[in-house]
Amino acid sequence: MLKKIASRFYMFLMFAFLYLPIIVLIVLSFNDSRSKVKWGGFTFRWYTNCFRDENIMSAFATTLQVTLLSSVIATIIGTLAAFGIAAMKKRNQTIFLGATNIPLLNADIVTGISMMLLFVKFMDLGFVTVLIAHITFSIPYVILNVLPKLKQINHSTYEAALDLGASPLYAFFKVTWPEILPGVFSGFMMAVTMSLDDFSITYFTKGAGVNTLSTMLYTELRKGIKPELYALSTILFFAVLLILLAGNISPGKKQRKQAAK
Amino acid sequence: MNKFKQQFLAGPYLIWIIGFILLPLVMILCYGFTTGDCSFTLEYITAIASETNRKSLGLSLKLGILCTVICLVLAYPLAMILNNMHIKNQGIVVFIFMLPMWMNFMLRILAWKLLLSKNGVINSILTSLGLDRINIINTPAAVVLGMVYDFLPFMLLPIYNSMTRIRHDWIEAAKDLGAGSITIFFKIILPLTISGIVSGIVMVFVPSLTSFAISQILGGGHVLLIGNVIEQDFMQGMQWNAGSGLSFVLMIFVLVSMALVNLFDKEGEGTALC
Repeated sequence: MLKKIASRFYMFLMFAFLYLPIIVLIVLSFNDSRSKVKWGGFTFRWYTNCFRDENIMSAFATTLQVTLLSSVIATIIGTLAAFGIAAMKKRNQTIFLGATNIPLLNADIVTGISMMLLFVKFMDLGFVTVLIAHITFSIPYVILNVLPKLKQINHSTYEAALDLGASPLYAFFKVTWPEILPGVFSGFMMAVTMSLDDFSITYFTKGAGVNTLSTMLYTELRKGIKPELYALSTILFFAVLLILLAGNISPGKKQRKQAAK
Repeated sequence: MNKFKQQFLAGPYLIWIIGFILLPLVMILCYGFTTGDCSFTLEYITAIASETNRKSLGLSLKLGILCTVICLVLAYPLAMILNNMHIKNQGIVVFIFMLPMWMNFMLRILAWKLLLSKNGVINSILTSLGLDRINIINTPAAVVLGMVYDFLPFMLLPIYNSMTRIRHDWIEAAKDLGAGSITIFFKIILPLTISGIVSGIVMVFVPSLTSFAISQILGGGHVLLIGNVIEQDFMQGMQWNAGSGLSFVLMIFVLVSMALVNLFDKEGEGTALC
């Protein structure tokens, strides 16, 4: 009994540690005062200001573009690569997977700097260089999610489909593709997450004038804190919450059903 | 499709590896080992031994290790408690603890800057309770706190995942055979979660060793980690050769620490991803 109370208490403490900062942000986003500690009444002012702020909005748009484009391209290249790697001999596989591990294990700051050193030789830093950098660090996540699925596949099913007269393409889309689709999807989602959250690599590969949310926030935070940023935090927190709830709850049920079988 | 042809699907990726993974690393070596007029030098590599650099590397290692240890100490019991909860909505509870991880990294630091600043939320609560103020903003303590807050989920997730793989029957069996809870912990739970601990350590230690944004914002420029030195070399001083030299040294440190950690992970389950 004592153990149970202690563990509940510990959970509560950790919960407070994780959520108090976020709750403070949310409360202050409705505070009609520039002060951090005095309550000046309820307001939506910071929200309207936030949507009018060109800096924030353009950074938001850039973030969405970079994330979507880089994740889609990384998913395509990564999935193709996983098929290629799966067909390779052991030795080549090791070489490819070793190279895949480099951006995963290397420090972000080193990855960012190394790419910047390359880019400045050939082009101006800007949107394209950020995009290339994001694709580069996203591909490994796709490969590591798709490859295990490819290795689990039972080849006899595919061959059976061929024997029964399916064309290779038809057999691929009817047999192989559905089996690896969950891996492709989770790879894509990881690419999206990593791209949204990245700061260091973007910071070094972006040119002047191009800002994602992370780099914009960094510049702002060095100057001081604007209340519009509280509003932005609140919006993003609830957006993430909704997306994750929508994404998590339905497949969760499916998994449980499969487990029951 | 036959196997030989299928290999060519990795073609675009091969080009990508060479162009955007290997070539950039070659560039770092180029800048790090040559002077402005392209003659070979070790000057920038040995620059790590200069006093400022040695100090900042030492501080980075200290804060990185401290942050990793705190994360481990906080996350391990939490993972155990979460795993032992036998309620219907366990998934939701775990989800609640993971959720902050999905918020933008900068916004989480913003929150701590807000809480810790001199006239910030924590200090005004302390004052209204008649207690002493704490002044930890712009000190290494604030940086460690920010790092722990940012990286805690990276420790929690792999440990929790390795714990969920422990079958309940094994623990029951141990109990039947007369093991106490301490024996069960040291003989079953701890050995089976080692791979989770190892990936957690790698996932927390590497970013905390190399971070520069957290120390810049919560340290207010007073806490100079090796990441900050490198950032200044590139963004302010235009000393690209010196910065590349330090980046190379940092890369070696990351590799060595990973190799050390992997010694304890013989099964190789706990690579960076979980």
